[in-house]
Formats: sequence, C-alpha cells, structure tokens
Amino acid sequence: MNKTIKQGAWLFVIPVVVLVAFNALIPLMTVVNYSMQETFGDNVFFWEGLRWFEQVLNSERFHDSFVRQITFTAIILLIEVPLGIAIALCMPRKGFWVSVCLVLMALPLLIPWNVVGAMWNIFALPDIGLLGYTINAIGIEYNFTRQPFAAWFTTILMDVWHWTSLVVLLAYAGLSAIPDAYYQAAKIDGASRWAVFIWIQLPKMKRVLTIAILLRFMDSFMIYTEPFVLTGGGPGNTTTFLSIDLVKLALGQFDLGPAAAMSLIYFFIVLLICWVFYTLMMKNEQQ
Amino acid sequence: MAKITLKDIRHSYYSSPTADEDYAIKHIDTIFQNGGAYALLGPSGCGKTTLLSIISGLISPTSGNIWFDDENVTEVDTIHRHIAQVFQFPVIYDTMTVFDNLAFPLRNRGVSEADIQMRVQEVAEMLDLEEGINRRAASLTVDGKQKISLGRGVVREDVNVMMFDEPLTVIDQNLKWELRSKLKELHQKVDTTMIYVTHDQTEALTFADEVLVMYEGKVVQSGTPVELFEKPMHTFVGYFIGSPGMNVLPCQVKNGDVVFEDLNVLCSNQAAASSVSSGMSTELGIRPEFIRFADEGIPVNVRRVDDIGRHQLVHVEHGQHGIKMICPEEQPITEGSANIQFDPSRTYLYADGWLAENSNTT
Repeated sequence: MNKTIKQGAWLFVIPVVVLVAFNALIPLMTVVNYSMQETFGDNVFFWEGLRWFEQVLNSERFHDSFVRQITFTAIILLIEVPLGIAIALCMPRKGFWVSVCLVLMALPLLIPWNVVGAMWNIFALPDIGLLGYTINAIGIEYNFTRQPFAAWFTTILMDVWHWTSLVVLLAYAGLSAIPDAYYQAAKIDGASRWAVFIWIQLPKMKRVLTIAILLRFMDSFMIYTEPFVLTGGGPGNTTTFLSIDLVKLALGQFDLGPAAAMSLIYFFIVLLICWVFYTLMMKNEQQ
Repeated sequence: MAKITLKDIRHSYYSSPTADEDYAIKHIDTIFQNGGAYALLGPSGCGKTTLLSIISGLISPTSGNIWFDDENVTEVDTIHRHIAQVFQFPVIYDTMTVFDNLAFPLRNRGVSEADIQMRVQEVAEMLDLEEGINRRAASLTVDGKQKISLGRGVVREDVNVMMFDEPLTVIDQNLKWELRSKLKELHQKVDTTMIYVTHDQTEALTFADEVLVMYEGKVVQSGTPVELFEKPMHTFVGYFIGSPGMNVLPCQVKNGDVVFEDLNVLCSNQAAASSVSSGMSTELGIRPEFIRFADEGIPVNVRRVDDIGRHQLVHVEHGQHGIKMICPEEQPITEGSANIQFDPSRTYLYADGWLAENSNTT
C-alpha cells in the first residue's frame, strides 16, 4: 500500500520543538559550551577540551560528595519505601477517616522546601528547639551544627518526615485499586495475612512503587534546599551533597568550566541510574 | 461434603434496615442437598452474589442461620467452612506460576508436596492447562486466567460446597460449552454439592438438576428446568425463563370467571379464581409456545413475523396488548386480522404476581 506523505504535518511539531529548545536544549548546550572552555569574563573563551571533565572525575572532593549523595539516597529509600507501604497498609479503606488520613498525609508535601529546612533547623536546635532540647534532656549529647552524625540524623529525619507521605499516597492508591474479589479469593484459598501481602498486595503495587522509587530517587539525589537551609552542608563538608557542592563550585568559587563539567556528569549519573532501574523493572514485568 | 441449610436468612447492606426495600436478601429458607447441582438464576441485583457470600462466610447475614449438616456455621469464618468459590472475573496470583497458583489452596492447608503434585497435575489435565504450567500466570489470556481460577476452586477434594459466581462471563463462547460440560463431568465424579450462579438461563438449565430462580431478594421458585418452564409459580419466572418469555396480560376475575378484555379465558388453575380477593391485581400468563391460530377465539391483528430458525415468532396485537406466539416453521402466516386460542391447560391465573392457588386445597 502506498501511504501519502504530507510534509505539512511537520508544521505542527514546531511549537513543541521551540518549547523544548528553549527550556532544555539551549540551556543544556550553554552548559556544554562552558564545560569545554575557560573564560575570564568579557566573553573571551579558551578551548580546554575534556580537561574539566578529567579534573572533576579525578577530584577527591567530587568523589566524597558523590559517596555522601549515594549514601543519603540509599538510606532514605530504605526507610521511606517500607515505612510508606506500612503506613498505607494501616490506613482505613473506607469511611470518614480516609479523608482525614489523606489530608494529614498530604500536609508535609504542601510545605515549601526552604520552609521545611527552616522548620527543622529551629526544631532541632539544642537550646531552644523541641527536638534538640528533648534529646539533650534525656541525656544524649546532640548538636547538629557540630556533630556530623547528628547532622546526618537530622537531615534524614527531615527527609523522611517530608517525603514518606508521597510513598504512602502512591502505595495507598495502588492498594485501593485491588478489587475485593482478590481478598475474598485469598480468604477462600486459606491464605495468611503475610501471603496476601506477598502474593496480592505487593505485586499489585509494583507499578506505583516503581514510580515512587524513581521519584524519590531523583528528588533525593538532587536534593538541595532542605539540607542547605538546615546544615548549609556542614559541619565541615559532612552533609555537602552533590548539588550543594555544585553550587559552591559554580557560584562560590565561580569556576564555571569545572562546574559545567560537573553538572553534566551529575546529569548523566541521574539519567543512567533511572534508565537502568526502569529497564530492569520492565524486563521483570515481561517475564 | 455437606447438606446446606439456610434458615430465615435476611441480609441488608445498611446498618439499621427498616423498610423491606433495605434488604438485599428479603427472606430465604432453602436446603441444598448433599451432592446436588444447583443453579441460582436471576437478573443482576437480585441478591445471587450476596447469597453466595453468605454461604461462603464473606458476609454475615443480618439475621438467620446457616447450617452445614448438623453444625451451625453462621459464626464460623470463611477458611473453616471448607468451601471453594470461583468469581466472575479471574483472580490469579500474578507473580506465581500456573502450577503454584493451582497449588496455593493446598499449600496453605499443609497438604504434602507429593499429593499436591498429583492433584495439580490432575486438575491441569482436566482444564488443559498442562502446557506452560511453569509459566507465569500473568502471561495467560483471560480464558486461561479464568481456567486457573476454576482450577483453584476444584483442586481441593474435601470441600463442603463448590460455588461458581457467573464464572464463564469472560470466557469465549466455544470454550463456554466445553468448560460447562467439564464442570458437569467433575460433579458426577466428585459428588460435591455445587452451586452455580448465573443470569443466563441456558447455563442454569444445562448445568443444574435444580434451579432456584431469584427475584428481588427472594427465591420465587425452585425446581427442575421442566417444572420452571411448564408451571411458573410467579410471573417473573415465566417472563425470565423461556425465549421469548411468557406473555403476561392484565385480566379481571368476575364471579369465578377469568376475563381478558371482555373475553372469557379458561385457565388451568380456574378453581383458584374464586379465592382471589378483589384488591389483588390479577394477570394471565401464557407461554408463546401454547398459543395457536384458530377459526374463532381472541381476535387479533398480526403485526410482524420473525423467523427464528426452526420456529416463527409472531407478534400479534389485541387492542393495545402485544402478544407473542411461536408457530411451526412451515405454517403460512399473513399479516392482518386473525383469531388465536390459548391452550387452557397451560394458561395460568396470577394474583399479585404469584400463581393463584385455591385456598381450600394445597
């Protein structure tokens, strides 16, 4: 069969191309441009090739913040995903309390990120903050501006408080979509509570959990505002995650070339991990 | 295996039902004999599924008791009632293989692995599931998935009752016949009580020895397919069973005579006419199969003739009342005026929907 090809159809693609060009391609290419050159202002550029990339990839500073970043993301995923599922399982299925629970769950998600950081900063202050004061009062020395462990503990607690709700809401949506017949059949088949979770609820939640993990991975991997407001990356560099480090490099030291190279590397890491994760999940699905 | 007795079952989905309309199950008093094949037949929303859920213990009735043999199981939970149930839409455990799906009810009850092998093999053979038995169940078609559901229902041999809630709705037409006869075959082999819920009369009539017709939360008639066809106890049964259903025509009772539009009509339960009290609404029921053209009788106007294969379906009109009748294929029929006659032995008088009965006899 001969298909008639109408070249005019390309016209309809133009708006999208323009939009994508302005919000993604052009900014990205600017960064690529910076990453390969050295500038001293006045629009004077010197070609540097891949030197900045080599420098960043070989720098201990980048390695350290990368390890901190991966550790942070792994910890919050390990806490937030199981906790979110557990809370979703405990939530009522119908009645008045459903909406109450949902609103309570959604509240932390509605708070602006820098406000979350400021809230937890005050909350955790050892002398006047409720949390900090209480921990010290029960005999544990706690000061997140001085102790690295306390800083990590507070940052993780803050993230768990802020974002577990997202996992809860997604898991709850997944659970609500399971038809009653599955639970009835399981009862008739004599399945235990645990078997129902493993064979019905978890498989049915797989899609939403994939989304939840992806979202939480990306957000936590690029986290900036909250730890910046809470600890400023300190004490020392102990909570300096990749994005904080990047901002220090780009705006603090004004090393535009290395900063551009670093952001491209950063971007590719996120892209790569998401792609690997998603491919694995989808492959698993097809079997 | 057990005889199932339902005593005075009423069920409402409201917490404090008052009016009769609040009840999904108005009043049911029935016995399912051990080893019988029963069908629950009725339109959507008549309480069939609710009744099944009450028997399986997924719902506890608002009032009344359920007995399995001599044991009152009203308060017993689903797992201890030892029942099997298959639902309308396939329920499978996606991440398990076909084999594990079928073995699941057995494994949960601690059956030995050797026995599981044997039983699952047997069921898989019966349902043609052997091929790809080690594949993920999620990869099957809807037909295949429903076969797995059926298989999980029949894999245990020690069940008190097997219940099927419209299990063939999603199955392909050709396969429907096959699976239905498989179920029938299975019933003859294992001798377990089976209850089959459906709104399809063909399915009910081919599967069951006894059909319970449900209507608005009540069992309006139970009996063999022939009884339901020949002597409907309620106009609903007459209308619901048969294709097309029974003609139901308004009539009056005057001095023991049944009068349809100023014409006297003879009924098989004529004697009961005198015991119909004046406030009741009375109707005539006559199946299309028992109406004939005659030289004299009820004058009608022939409106349309449909060829339905081995018969002709004739639509006639008397005044504003449409009447359907079935005539042999070869009979020539012309549109226009004609006369018809009802077979008196197949014509019934109904009062308030129910077959009129002489209060003196039973």
